[in-house]
Amino acid sequence: MIDSESKPSVADGRTVPDWDGGWAVMRQIREALRCLVERREPRQIDLRGQPFAPGDLERLLGWLGRGEVAATVTALGPTRVWESAIPGVWVVEHRDGEERPLALQIEVAEVPAILRSQPEDLERALALLDERLGASSAGQL
Amino acid sequence: MAEAKTLGEHLREQGVSRRGFLKFCTATASLMALPPTMVPAIAAALEQARRPSVIWLSFQECTGCTEALTRSYSPTIEDLIFDFISLDYHHTLQAASGDAAEHAREEAMRANWGQYLVIVDGSLPGPDANPGYSTIAGISNWTMLEETVEGAAAVIAIGSCAAFGGLPHARPNPTGAVAVMDLVHDKPVINVPGCPPLPMVMTGVLAQYLTFGQIPELDAYLRPRAFFGQSIHDRCYRRPFYDKGLFAATFDDEGARAGWCLYRLGCKGPSTYNACATMRWNGGTSWPVEAGAPCLGCSESRFWDAGDFYKALSVPTDFDAGAVLAAGAAGAVIGGAAVALSKRRARNEATHRAPVTVDELEQKQ
Repeated sequence: MIDSESKPSVADGRTVPDWDGGWAVMRQIREALRCLVERREPRQIDLRGQPFAPGDLERLLGWLGRGEVAATVTALGPTRVWESAIPGVWVVEHRDGEERPLALQIEVAEVPAILRSQPEDLERALALLDERLGASSAGQL
Repeated sequence: MAEAKTLGEHLREQGVSRRGFLKFCTATASLMALPPTMVPAIAAALEQARRPSVIWLSFQECTGCTEALTRSYSPTIEDLIFDFISLDYHHTLQAASGDAAEHAREEAMRANWGQYLVIVDGSLPGPDANPGYSTIAGISNWTMLEETVEGAAAVIAIGSCAAFGGLPHARPNPTGAVAVMDLVHDKPVINVPGCPPLPMVMTGVLAQYLTFGQIPELDAYLRPRAFFGQSIHDRCYRRPFYDKGLFAATFDDEGARAGWCLYRLGCKGPSTYNACATMRWNGGTSWPVEAGAPCLGCSESRFWDAGDFYKALSVPTDFDAGAVLAAGAAGAVIGGAAVALSKRRARNEATHRAPVTVDELEQKQ
């Protein structure tokens, strides 16, 4: 969704500043992507702390576009994750149970951290599965 | 009361999953204006953190700070009260009143001596003032502050009234109002000014204390540098217009409609340190400058006495908008000169300003 209407400007275009909050973040994303490609080093960018003008965020998300992966994590409210049209550049939007925004981040990684199975959960995974297998053999599942 | 359980244990008992905890820590890092790389450290610290007891004292205030906090989006006040802290006394929010409320405060102090946090909103009549200007349960504000602070780990002065005296302190200061830091010298004091402060800054300071168990790095005015380290002007999205010398001259001229810099309309952004430009208000929706209103400088000391909110102290009264437009790239030079003039004029006005009389008020109406 590109919002080109809300950016401060005048009709003849003379006074549009050669600066844009969304464009500045794009440069950060490029640096993060370079680190991922060259060193397999994931990075995150918090979009809350950016001095965006009206429309900058929408323009940034518009530039990034949408890729082929989207997911929703339900933990303390919904977290919506989608890969942008640039592979490895993910948008992670955290909301609380009442859909109020908690955080919005760009995560440059192979897979965003919140989508991975958590190590502490994996430690319990076998026991959990065995418990279910036991319940199944006893005819409880 | 403060709990023996850690926050991690508390969250797990509530059925919060590891992903939920990770999300909680991510939101907390964002809240504290920390980089996302700090999330693992925050997770480790919060896992072991215990809920501190908090005693909130409201003195000469308008309840605007509490109003702002209870409308905070992240975390909600419910999260704040039940998950982050144990709010044991807040006479506006608590159900108890009178002696029962005061007993709750005394009990919280006794049970958590040396470890509880004291939050103060509002200024208070100083030691030399008539204590009758502000009392709670018949106790003068100063006496209550003195006895409550004695067993505190730290004091957080919320809002410009508690931090700097605020509106009660404005000339002619009829109640002899003073700031918390004028009276508390033997405990760490953290100032979180603003009229009101950004809700996310208030909760961010609390979260930072909870996470790391220590007060954050402070500036010369005892404000956390994480939130007050940069001026509104330096983080303002209208800054490029300032650099080009493009200013709105009235609230409805071409410049105002085009989103130009509001400096000439009285914006105090260059001399105001706060996080409004990046954190924004109402859950990150907008902030005054984005809505077309100049920054009033509400997080700075004595901003009520700094002159007309909407008059640029730095701009000559015969300033010509057309000339500015023609100047184009020379605007930065004009802006720099305006800053110098602002400082001279502010000094001059501070020297010569006389209190407004009742007769003058009548005439203005």
